[in-house]
Amino acid sequence: MSDLARPPAGSALHRFASPARFLRLAGSLQPWLAGGTLLCLGVGLYLALFGSPADYQQGETVRIMYVHVPAAWMALFVYLCIALASASLLVWRHPLAGLVAKASAPLGAAFTFLALATGSLWGKPMWGTWWEWDGRMTSVLILFFLYLGLIALTNAFESPERGQRASAVLALVGVVNLPIIKFSVDWWNTLHQPASVMRLDGPTIDPSMLWPLLIMAAGFTFYYLWVMLLRVRGELVEARLRALQRLETEGR
Amino acid sequence: MVSRAREQGPPQAGPSVTTALSALVRRDLRLALRQRGDLLTAVLFFLLTAALFPFGIGPEPNLLLRIAPGILWVTALLAVLLSLERLFLADGEDGSLDLLLVSPLPLELAVLGKVLVHWLSSGLPILLSTPLAALLYGLPAEALPVLLLALALGTPTLSLLGATAAALTLGARRGGVLLPLLTMPLYVPVVIFGVAAVDASLAGLSARPHLLLLAALLAAALPVAALAGAAALRQAAE
Repeated sequence: MSDLARPPAGSALHRFASPARFLRLAGSLQPWLAGGTLLCLGVGLYLALFGSPADYQQGETVRIMYVHVPAAWMALFVYLCIALASASLLVWRHPLAGLVAKASAPLGAAFTFLALATGSLWGKPMWGTWWEWDGRMTSVLILFFLYLGLIALTNAFESPERGQRASAVLALVGVVNLPIIKFSVDWWNTLHQPASVMRLDGPTIDPSMLWPLLIMAAGFTFYYLWVMLLRVRGELVEARLRALQRLETEGR
Repeated sequence: MVSRAREQGPPQAGPSVTTALSALVRRDLRLALRQRGDLLTAVLFFLLTAALFPFGIGPEPNLLLRIAPGILWVTALLAVLLSLERLFLADGEDGSLDLLLVSPLPLELAVLGKVLVHWLSSGLPILLSTPLAALLYGLPAEALPVLLLALALGTPTLSLLGATAAALTLGARRGGVLLPLLTMPLYVPVVIFGVAAVDASLAGLSARPHLLLLAALLAAALPVAALAGAAALRQAAE
C-alpha cells in the first residue's frame, strides 16, 4: 500500500481516509449492512406484494412501484455519492474516495437500468407504450449513459489513479443532470407523474403504500452500502496484493 | 511535475498573457490551414451525410422538411465530433502540451484558445455550408436564419464540451471509442433546443426561448470547459 498517499490528518473526515482504519470499520459494518439488506428487502417485498392494497385505478400493476421508485432514487443517490467522492478525490486527493467512486459506478448503472426497465414494464399497461421521449425518461437515459461513460473512462488508462481522477472530473461535469432529472416532471408537461413522496407539503401517497415503499428504499440503500464497501475492500486487498507481488519480484 | 512548477510562479498579468494567447491561436490556425484535408473533412462529412438521407428515406418533400432540422443538427454534431479526437493529441505527443503547462498563459485560457481554433476549423465551415444543406431539404428561407443562429450558438458549445472530453481521454486506450460515449450525454440538451428552435420557426412560433436557452448553455459551457479541460490536461501531464 506504499503507493497510496497519506491523507492530511486533522478533521474527522480525514481520519476515516486511512485505508487500515477503513478496512477495520468496513469489516465490522459489513454484517449489519448485510442483515439490514436482507431484513428490509424481505419485509418490504412481503408488504409490497401481499400486505399492501392494489391501486383503485392501476390495479395490481402498482406493485411495480415498490421496485421502480427506490431504484430511481438510488440512481440519483449513487450519482450524488460518486460526485461527492470525486470532489474529495480532486480536492483532498483521498485515495479511498477514488475507490468509492469506482466501486459505486457499476452499482449506479445497475440501479438506473433497473429503474428504466421497470418503468418500461410499468408504462406498457398504464400508458400503452414501452417508451416515451419525455423529460424524465430521457434525462434518466442520459444518466445511464453517463454511468457507462464513467465506467469506461475509469478503466481506460494504464494507471488506475489517472482513470479515477479523469472520471472524477467527468462525474462533476455530469452533476448538472441531477437537477434536470429531479425537476423534469415540473418543467415539462409529461406523461411521467410528478413527485408524490418528497414534497414540501408532505407525501400524497397513502400510508399503506408509503411504508412498504420506504422499507424497500431502506433495503436498496443498505444493499448499495453493503456491496460498495465490499467492492472497496476488494480493491484495497488487490492493491496490497500488487504491492506484495512487486516486493517479491524485486527479490526481497 | 510540470504543473507544480507552473503553480509556483503566479501567471504574469498584462500584455504577456494576451500575446501568448494570440500566439497560440495563430499557431493552431496556421497548423489547421496547412492541413486543408482535415479542414475539408468536417464539411464534406456534413454535406455528404446530409445528402445521403434523402436516398435512404425517399425524395418526399414534406417528410424531408419535417426531419430536416433534426438531421442537419445530428450530422453537424457528428462532423464536430469527427475532429475532436485530434484536438490535444498532437500537442500531447510532441511535447507542446508540457510547454503550454509551464507557459505564463493560464491553462484555462489556453484550453479556450484551442477550442476557438477547433470551432473556426470545424463549426464555422459547417455553418457556412449549412445553406447548401438546407437547400437540399427545401427548408423555407425564413427558417434558415434561425437554423444558422441556432448552429452559431450551439456548435461552440459542442466544441467546448467536446474539448473537455478530449482532454479527459488524452492518453487513454481506445480513446476514439470513448470520446463519443463521453460527449453524447452532454450534447443531448444542445440538440434538443437546437432542433426545437428550427421546429418552432417552421411552425410559425417564436424561436426566441430556444435560442436563449442555447445561449445559456453556451454561457454555462464556457467556464465548465475551461476549468474541467485544464484540470484534465494537468492530470494527463502528471
